[in-house]
Amino acid sequence: MATTLPGGTQPEKKGLWAWINKRLPVTEFIQDQLTGYYAPKNFNIWYFFGSLALVVLVLQLVTGIFLTMFYKVGEATAFDSVEYIMREVDFGWLIRYLHSTGASAFFIVVYLHMFRAFLYGSYRKPRELLWLFGMAVYLALMAEAFMGYVLPWGNMSFWGAQVIVNLFGTIPGIGPGLVEWIRGDYGIADATLNRFFSLHVVAIPLALLGLVALHLVALRRTGSNNPDGIEIKEKIGPDGHPLDGIPFHPYYTVKDVVGVGVFFILFAIVVFFVPTLGGLFLEGPNFEPANPMSTPEHIAPVWYFTPFYAILRAVPDQRMGALLMFLAVVLFLFVPWLDRSPAKSIRYKGLPSKVALFLFAVSFIVLGYLGLQPAEGLYVALARIFAAIYFAFFLLMPFYSPIGAKQPPERVVYHAH
Amino acid sequence: MRTETRLVGRMAALIAALLVGSLALAAEEAGPGKEEAPKAGSGWQHWHVNNNVTDVASVQRGARNFTSYCLGCHSLKYERWSRLGTDLAIPDKLMERDLIPPGDKPTDYILTSMPATDAANWFGKTPPDLSLMARARGRDYLYQFLKTFYVDGTRPTGANNLRLPTTAMPHVLSELEGLKVAVFREESKNEGGQVVKEQVFDHFETVAPGRLTEAEYDAFVRDTVNFLDYVGEPTQAARRALGVWVVLFLLLFTWLAWMVKKEYWKDVH
Repeated sequence: MATTLPGGTQPEKKGLWAWINKRLPVTEFIQDQLTGYYAPKNFNIWYFFGSLALVVLVLQLVTGIFLTMFYKVGEATAFDSVEYIMREVDFGWLIRYLHSTGASAFFIVVYLHMFRAFLYGSYRKPRELLWLFGMAVYLALMAEAFMGYVLPWGNMSFWGAQVIVNLFGTIPGIGPGLVEWIRGDYGIADATLNRFFSLHVVAIPLALLGLVALHLVALRRTGSNNPDGIEIKEKIGPDGHPLDGIPFHPYYTVKDVVGVGVFFILFAIVVFFVPTLGGLFLEGPNFEPANPMSTPEHIAPVWYFTPFYAILRAVPDQRMGALLMFLAVVLFLFVPWLDRSPAKSIRYKGLPSKVALFLFAVSFIVLGYLGLQPAEGLYVALARIFAAIYFAFFLLMPFYSPIGAKQPPERVVYHAH
Repeated sequence: MRTETRLVGRMAALIAALLVGSLALAAEEAGPGKEEAPKAGSGWQHWHVNNNVTDVASVQRGARNFTSYCLGCHSLKYERWSRLGTDLAIPDKLMERDLIPPGDKPTDYILTSMPATDAANWFGKTPPDLSLMARARGRDYLYQFLKTFYVDGTRPTGANNLRLPTTAMPHVLSELEGLKVAVFREESKNEGGQVVKEQVFDHFETVAPGRLTEAEYDAFVRDTVNFLDYVGEPTQAARRALGVWVVLFLLLFTWLAWMVKKEYWKDVH
């Protein structure tokens, strides 16, 4: 019980903690953001991937800092320095595999995180900006991964960069000049490698951190969505907190730690036992140094880009293909306004929405597989069919999404364990 | 069942399939297991080396094979002699007497003494560095390459190869393996309405035996590929050994975290 001094002022608290809090709102921040932040109690397995993405981001930053200490940018030194890290730096192999596996893990986690948003309508009003910041994070991540993949200067780094950078050449008018400007040379060369290093290590990580911060701030403003897609803030209890909400800390912090544990078990199995994952995470041709005179048998990007790569190659006209590939990414931005269902969550949406989402997930995975195969015969035909399904999911959404929606319940569905 | 629970189920099945697949890959990567020496015949594309880098004796024999037969032309520019000695438990004295070329120091990288320009003149191209060949092309590729040389008078080296047709490399190991000719059969293929005849490999016939029997040569090649696998990633044995402990720790950690979570969530209704 605090005693009140004459005049109504509280006695000044003593100690280091009070001293800090008077100057920096540490306790307030923890109360606002963790113990006083109420999240819906009915989160399921799909709600692990946001915190996991944050964990992987930190992992990539930390391992990246150590790799940068030993990596030597430059076309004559890059490849050798990566092998130096793998062989002669203490635990260099571990740092490098954590970073290379982390890149793929980042995309796995982010794709599942995005799929969760599709399942429960997490992009719907009032969370449109939250979704757009998330998409901006995804775009930055794509740029980060692409440029990072060039840095080891293996043969697939070189030819992958060649293919991707040349896509900008299909832009009418400015294309060829733009490609030269990006490369800083007439071909993928030392200048290109140097600028990609700068962007990968400084510019894009800064942008990523800023965008992630905005994503989190927007999340705190609206609060999390949940598997029932109903707003818990509309049912406030006598204590002023949502009836179906529980404090983020300790409930979701202890729960997310379990998710992190499971994630790291799977992650460690890859890092320590199958770091190349059969050529999926680290490709064979990238163990040969970049060689402009020798093209790898099949040029394929790393798996996380292959759905888009399959769409690019499914179109006979290169300019059209590049445009469709660009569209395949950009369409995500419009989803909050394409979805017209009265219900947010798939639980209360109609059958057409359920079928559409299932077909979309299948087409994304199949396109991902096709993007790894040579572009010939049946593969191209299949890529066209699944690309059509992919686009239909977005473009027909305003028409199929309102059909057959049910009324969601008043309160969230939660069964205590 | 609700749609997304079914989706969760499907996703879980997919993740499980990926996990099983990766474990199978892991088993294959670590895979010891002896295989019969494949018979000289068709189906060479499916020959597997099934080597085991933790078999130090085999890697040591591979190192001996490499220095005797490969080092004349090929380097291992990322591997030092001293590293090789430490990893393969070869005593310094033996290293210096039997492996390290005169004039080289243990801390030197394993480099051929053949000048690159001469090599390019003699063979048409410089023999590639083999440090990462097992990683770039695969262990089975190397195994198949070393097992499918055959006599071909039309080639400048007198030898050709099934795995890498028109290879610039002469059959350096012919002294051990002997000489074999490849017998091709003609097969007609219908290609867009046109009948095309093509030569399909059928089997090998030995024309001059070498110093080793077929089984001995097979073991020789397996040891050599095993060595190149080790050189491709010298830390791989340590990687797997450490991995076991890391995964065990994480299992324990996750179990504890799960218990903590359960305790906290008791009061959520």
